[in-house]
Amino acid sequence: MNEKKSGLSRVFDTPNHKAFIAFLTAGDPDADSTVKFILEMEKAGVDLVEIGIPFSDPTAEGVVIQEADLRSLRGGMTTDGVFEIVRKVRESSDLPLVFMTYLNPVFHYGYDRFFGKCRELGVDGIIIPDLPFEEKGEVEEPAAAHGVEVISMVAPTSEDRIQAIAGQAKGFLYVVSSMGVTGVRKEIKTDLTSIVASIRKATDIPCAIGFGISTPQQAAKMAEISDGAIVGSAIVRIIAGKGADAAPEIGEYVASMKAAVAGVP
Amino acid sequence: MSRGRYGIHGGQYISETLMNELIRLEECYEYYKKDPEFQEELRKLLNDYAGRPSLLYYAEKMTRDLGGAKIYLKREDLNHTGSHKINNVLGQALLAKKMGKTRLIAETGAGQHGVATATVAALFGMECEIFMGKEDTDRQALNVYRMELLGAKVHPVTSGTQTLKDAVNETMREWSNRVNDTHYVLGSVMGPHPFPMIVRDFQSVIGREAREQILKAEGRLPAAVIACVGGGSNAMGSFHPFLEDKDVALIGCEAAGKGLDTPYHAATIAKGSLGVFHGMKSYFCQNEYGQIAPVYSISAGLDYPGIGPEHAYLHDIGRARYVPVTDDEAVDAFEYLARTEGIICAIESAHAVAHARKIAGQYGPDECMIITLSGRGDKDVAAIARYKGVDLHE
Repeated sequence: MNEKKSGLSRVFDTPNHKAFIAFLTAGDPDADSTVKFILEMEKAGVDLVEIGIPFSDPTAEGVVIQEADLRSLRGGMTTDGVFEIVRKVRESSDLPLVFMTYLNPVFHYGYDRFFGKCRELGVDGIIIPDLPFEEKGEVEEPAAAHGVEVISMVAPTSEDRIQAIAGQAKGFLYVVSSMGVTGVRKEIKTDLTSIVASIRKATDIPCAIGFGISTPQQAAKMAEISDGAIVGSAIVRIIAGKGADAAPEIGEYVASMKAAVAGVP
Repeated sequence: MSRGRYGIHGGQYISETLMNELIRLEECYEYYKKDPEFQEELRKLLNDYAGRPSLLYYAEKMTRDLGGAKIYLKREDLNHTGSHKINNVLGQALLAKKMGKTRLIAETGAGQHGVATATVAALFGMECEIFMGKEDTDRQALNVYRMELLGAKVHPVTSGTQTLKDAVNETMREWSNRVNDTHYVLGSVMGPHPFPMIVRDFQSVIGREAREQILKAEGRLPAAVIACVGGGSNAMGSFHPFLEDKDVALIGCEAAGKGLDTPYHAATIAKGSLGVFHGMKSYFCQNEYGQIAPVYSISAGLDYPGIGPEHAYLHDIGRARYVPVTDDEAVDAFEYLARTEGIICAIESAHAVAHARKIAGQYGPDECMIITLSGRGDKDVAAIARYKGVDLHE
């Protein structure tokens, strides 16, 4: 592995470089496929992969990712299984990685044990949608002890909370584009420009926009406003359709999204 | 540490999208709690519309039969809509109206909370959508029709195990999708702060009345207060006004389904472990990796893998005791109460009756105990018939 520039900062470190961040659910449809998909995404130019640790009750997810979680769990995926996937990826790649999951699997694994594994495997951060600003202390401390950053989220309803959240944000800020849950949307109506402007008042930390993005046009627009675009459901949908054979299509899709984002000045 | 803690339990483990709404809800609640006009309006609704105070009935035949403590039944089954759920719904809906909300959404298990919410939405002229596990819409078809009759839209939830926990998931998703004009009427003492506090306060009318009524009837406090526990709202409402009365045993009865030695139960305290789910830290039925376990109970209302955070705390400090009651014991108690006292109680409440039958004999005849009958059993008659192998044609 390369000498790391403080973890996640290398995702956004090139001046004027906009990031394309991809999500997938670990173990959907199986562990080997997840390893293959991540390496394929790397080849296609992805800047960061969010690996979803499946949870039985993902309350912030739309139907597409809910079903991926259930497929993965039915296939026997566990938290240890996800670490094993990362270990295999790390045999040939030093691609920046973060986890995305709900608090309970992390809590149950034991914070110290979980983040110790993250450090060992070079997972630089974690996104936990059911861990708001008020509760992050109990996770942030053990995570920081292992050099893992807990990524904060800002939502369309955050309003007066933005300053506090952004002021303490680590790694990058995940800006939730829309109300509701994850999933492809035809149109993103939130005034993201003004949300990003409020964030900028409080911090220089990069921010990337996720929720609802599926087309290169949308991704480019989000990258224009922020430092990157995050795409989940659109990729998981490809996997749902193609199963273990999804790699080529994922590669094509990621390449097209990366090109759209990279074209943004 | 965040707000809304009960020992290590509780908190606000919820998406950022909902945080400002929860903060607003808490502020409004704190304001109206102290507003005499609001309290008077709520009191009127509880008395004139829901039929409070509910009776504390001395079950003389049952007392004689069990040969121990005098048995009193707190008759929440006699409330309008047939359960204790209306206490909380009237409170929350009134609060929602004051907050300018025009639409109510709610989860429901057995359908009792859904029916109560649909009822109050009709009364207040508010829009109403209810989320109910597909499996529960099948087991409780009559309640689905009842909600529709009241003008609510019922969404059968087909994700996950298609029961109460999935209904909560889906209602949370809907709330985060549309929060401006919508209030989520959470039905139990669970979820993120301030819900466990708000629901407990609105349900405490049960225990406040019962305490006054028993003092009047017996001139003394009961040796025990017994109630069934799923999320735990009727139990918390029954227990809370007795918390400082250290000699009153507080006993919650959780669903042991087909037995604690099988995977088919919903006994959170007996078999669960500490976790974070549905916005709160508490005890949950879950596997070694923190995946929420599919739970089971004959009673749709107790078929929930968690328990309210304040119950978890009362368990930790030993102030309340939680005991498992199986399907078989509950069905026995359901029939027993019908034949002994002429009261068909909800199968949920029958869990409390079952435990009372076990322990009544341990007390002397000068002592008394209160069993909260959280609801009436009309909704369960068909399911009990099926359980007993009786073929019914409606």
